[in-house]
Amino acid sequence: MLSIVTLLEQLKRSFAIAKKDVRIYYSKGPVVVFGLIFPLFLFLAFTIGRNIPAKELFPGLIGMAVFFTSTSVGPAILPWETRSKTLERLVCSPVAVWAIFLGDVFASFIFGLLISLVPLIVVLVIGVEVMDFLVLGLGIILATLCFASLSVLLSVYPPTDIPATVMMLSSLVKFPLVFISGIFVSVEEMPEWGRIIASVSPLTYFTDLARYTIKGTSYYSVPLDLAVLALATILFLVVSIKLHERVLPKRLS
Amino acid sequence: MNFAVDVRNLTKHYGDINAVDHISFTVNHGEIFGFLGPNGAGKTTTIRILTGIIKPDEGTATIMGYNIEKEPLKTKQIMGIVPEMSNAYIDLSAWNNLMLIGELYGVPKRQRIERAEKLLKQFDLYDRRDQLVRGFSKGMKQRLILCMALINEPAILFLDEPTSGLDVESGRLIKDMIRELNRNGTTVFLTTHNMEEANQLCNRVAIINHGRIAAIDSPEKLRLKSSGLQSIEVSFNQPVNTDELTKIPCIKQVKKMGDKIKLYVDEPNEAINCLIEHARSHNLKVITLNTLAPSLEEVFIKLTRKENLKGD
Repeated sequence: MLSIVTLLEQLKRSFAIAKKDVRIYYSKGPVVVFGLIFPLFLFLAFTIGRNIPAKELFPGLIGMAVFFTSTSVGPAILPWETRSKTLERLVCSPVAVWAIFLGDVFASFIFGLLISLVPLIVVLVIGVEVMDFLVLGLGIILATLCFASLSVLLSVYPPTDIPATVMMLSSLVKFPLVFISGIFVSVEEMPEWGRIIASVSPLTYFTDLARYTIKGTSYYSVPLDLAVLALATILFLVVSIKLHERVLPKRLS
Repeated sequence: MNFAVDVRNLTKHYGDINAVDHISFTVNHGEIFGFLGPNGAGKTTTIRILTGIIKPDEGTATIMGYNIEKEPLKTKQIMGIVPEMSNAYIDLSAWNNLMLIGELYGVPKRQRIERAEKLLKQFDLYDRRDQLVRGFSKGMKQRLILCMALINEPAILFLDEPTSGLDVESGRLIKDMIRELNRNGTTVFLTTHNMEEANQLCNRVAIINHGRIAAIDSPEKLRLKSSGLQSIEVSFNQPVNTDELTKIPCIKQVKKMGDKIKLYVDEPNEAINCLIEHARSHNLKVITLNTLAPSLEEVFIKLTRKENLKGD
């Protein structure tokens, strides 16, 4: 069992890893493409030519921004570090395996949070009124942490050192999630089977929450939305760290 | 805490291959211990187990009293590691690499900065501290890796082929630094291919081949103990038939080397007597006569060959 002092010390080292990730990976091509350019063009493709008010667009826009940005850094880190042997450097330093991966989650979280502020500021500037800032803020923080944890989980398999392979496979998971999670069509407007599928995606609960903060109504209750995001965060975090611990020897052999 | 490194029955398999096969050895405190072996002998696997990168299938490794498997964080905290291939972050500057490693070892900020400045100056990298490592030469990268390994002032330093492929200047700088660290009490465990380097640096060496330890001793004792590798170098006043020399009972092998003849023997004293006797009986005058201990390289080749034959 870890003592509090050791735990705090390990957390500090996690932040050191996150700081390193910020310096190195935020400007990497795949991160910029999958985290910024792709969601921007996907959003433009959906909106251009359709006369949708900004208020209606906001939940989808903030949902995509949070989801794509916070999942873009995580999958890129591990293959790069495996290839350059820097993962070995981290593993042989006095940092617990969970702390290494938590550092990667922090880096994804910070990227997601910072970039998500951009569309938020844009819609506020053009006059969209947010009814509940507290819930929106809490929702963005929880969702960003949840998707950052998911992104690190997505880099577990295969234990490759080729970033493109992991980015491609993670996209196979990410894109279907965007289409089933009430980004383009709200959950209320979905058929029954669509609602059932949407309920398994944590992104659904964030877009539902975003709709509530603009319109004042939501499909699920606000506490349920927040609880699902919190539970999904814990689940993704625990499962990703456990799986990474199991796969690490293969990655290093 | 009796030994700096205490390895017992350490074993690692990769499929059917025994990379490390039930090896046991100890390293004393304050010692420079060399791990010699040909490619694929198990040197890097051993060092990767000792530094906690991979887990052994059997056996234990205790570093400075800590079991690497049971107390990995405490063990890693007191180590410095210089791997075979440079693993500094090439997209970070030398300074940021050092700061990162300092933070990972929990070195307080002020000490981190002081040590980083001192190390970069010592290794002649201070002027390049703000440049990305991407633009560094191999020698500069290796010097930076050594700085990174020393930022936590380790009690034990592990080096995997530290001077392999380096320019003469960087190699010499690193060897001098290893000696200086050792003088200040740091225990050093290094793997190398370079026999001369092991001979110059190490208090003791272990020779590993096919995952098994073939011999452990000081380089000097290993040389002296190697039967059949002791030799006498002799020159005569006139050309001699080397076939005649092979008939002398104490002489095992004869090699002509320019105007000298190298005679491999088990007992140099006995062989010299026989040789003088032979010279007298053939009216030869001995011009020079030297007894030679084998080089560490010769011992290494002999021991690894013997192991290979056993393996076959």
